[in-house]
Amino acid sequence: MNYYETRDLADFQNIAEWAEEQGKKFFEYYDSATMGGKLSEREKSLIALTVAATQNCPYCIDAYTTKCLSLGISRDEMMEAVHTGAAMMAGITLVHSTQMRKIIKKKEM
Amino acid sequence: MDANEQLSLLGKSGCIPSFVEKISAIKNPLRAKNIDVLQINAGRRCNLTCRHCHVSAGPDRTEIMSKSVLEQCLAVLRSHPIPAIDITGGSPEMNPHLGWFIDEAGQLNRRLIVRSNLTLLLEKEYSHFIDVFAKNRVEIFTSLPDYREYRTDRQRGDRVFRRVINSIRALNSIGYGTGGSDDLCINIVHNPAGAYLPGSQAAIEHEYRGHLLADFGIHFNSLFCITNIPIGRYLDYLLETDNFEDYLSALYNSFNPYTIENVMCLSTLSVGWDGTLYDCDFNQMLNLTIDSEAPRNIMDFDIDKLSNRRITVNNHCYGCTAGAGSSCRGALN
Repeated sequence: MNYYETRDLADFQNIAEWAEEQGKKFFEYYDSATMGGKLSEREKSLIALTVAATQNCPYCIDAYTTKCLSLGISRDEMMEAVHTGAAMMAGITLVHSTQMRKIIKKKEM
Repeated sequence: MDANEQLSLLGKSGCIPSFVEKISAIKNPLRAKNIDVLQINAGRRCNLTCRHCHVSAGPDRTEIMSKSVLEQCLAVLRSHPIPAIDITGGSPEMNPHLGWFIDEAGQLNRRLIVRSNLTLLLEKEYSHFIDVFAKNRVEIFTSLPDYREYRTDRQRGDRVFRRVINSIRALNSIGYGTGGSDDLCINIVHNPAGAYLPGSQAAIEHEYRGHLLADFGIHFNSLFCITNIPIGRYLDYLLETDNFEDYLSALYNSFNPYTIENVMCLSTLSVGWDGTLYDCDFNQMLNLTIDSEAPRNIMDFDIDKLSNRRITVNNHCYGCTAGAGSSCRGALN
């Protein structure tokens, strides 16, 4: 047994187990947030894929890579989206050096 | 892989319950409602060897529907008001009787569909079909897995994309797909170019329409998504790439009970190249003939028995009930 099993992705639909009301509300929210609206389903799927990659979620990466393929999104477009996420993560890391630099400047002689 | 081996593989897959078991609580048995479409498989010969082909069609296949079987199809159509005639293959143009058949069927005033891969239409030997199709107001369905060349050609073969585009241009020039007064109709079929299910039909049509017009200046009427069924050459592909179990699981996990009322076998009768009758073209490739309570050959056609026949199902049927559902005319709901 591994901590992450591919087939466990199918268990996502069962996460309402033992907390049905909250689970139902979550899925209503999830469906509404990911379906096409002012942003298309295509754009939202690329956002979701990017978040999945930055958050290292193998289930979401599997689900949204497949969904992007289903929507006809090309490998180039998906890779560009992942780079956007990577750049954001790098920027978020680097911008936090502000705290580090402030502390260093305050404490160093 | 022969039909029995395919059925054995589909039945052995431990990852999903059987389709019969799955639908037993919803509709048991599944029965036809009527015959709205007579789908005629004119033969398994094709100039292409597409990787998704459930027929495993190709240049080496020899099964071709004879004129006597086609004559019997016409006799059935003349005697019964079946609204639509749907001609498929293989490449139907490679049946030497196709031109004659279309001219005859065109006089019956029915919806007349030909599923053409379009790669032959600009070749001298076959170019007369453009006029034959237009004269008989044939509705053309053509497979174009993607609006990008590299993805289509990976699935259908080198230079297929360009040939299809050029043929659509020629068809557009005589009024196909342009919404003109002739109302000549060309529809595109999208099948996923890989081991995944099709996305939203409307969203994909929107993408195709924009890209095909901007990049190539071509028009079409509608786009239909068809889920690849895990049989034939597509099954070989799934096995070779270690995607078989995951794909079956994806079909099973996407099972949509609301599709059961509209699956195409309830209103379609499929005729094999030798006249044998099937519930659909997929059953045809698996040698799953019509249930024994109904006649099994077009020569013994009996509208009453066939209209209410019990449908033969197996695990490949998950392909028609996944997500929005799938049929030869696209998504079901």
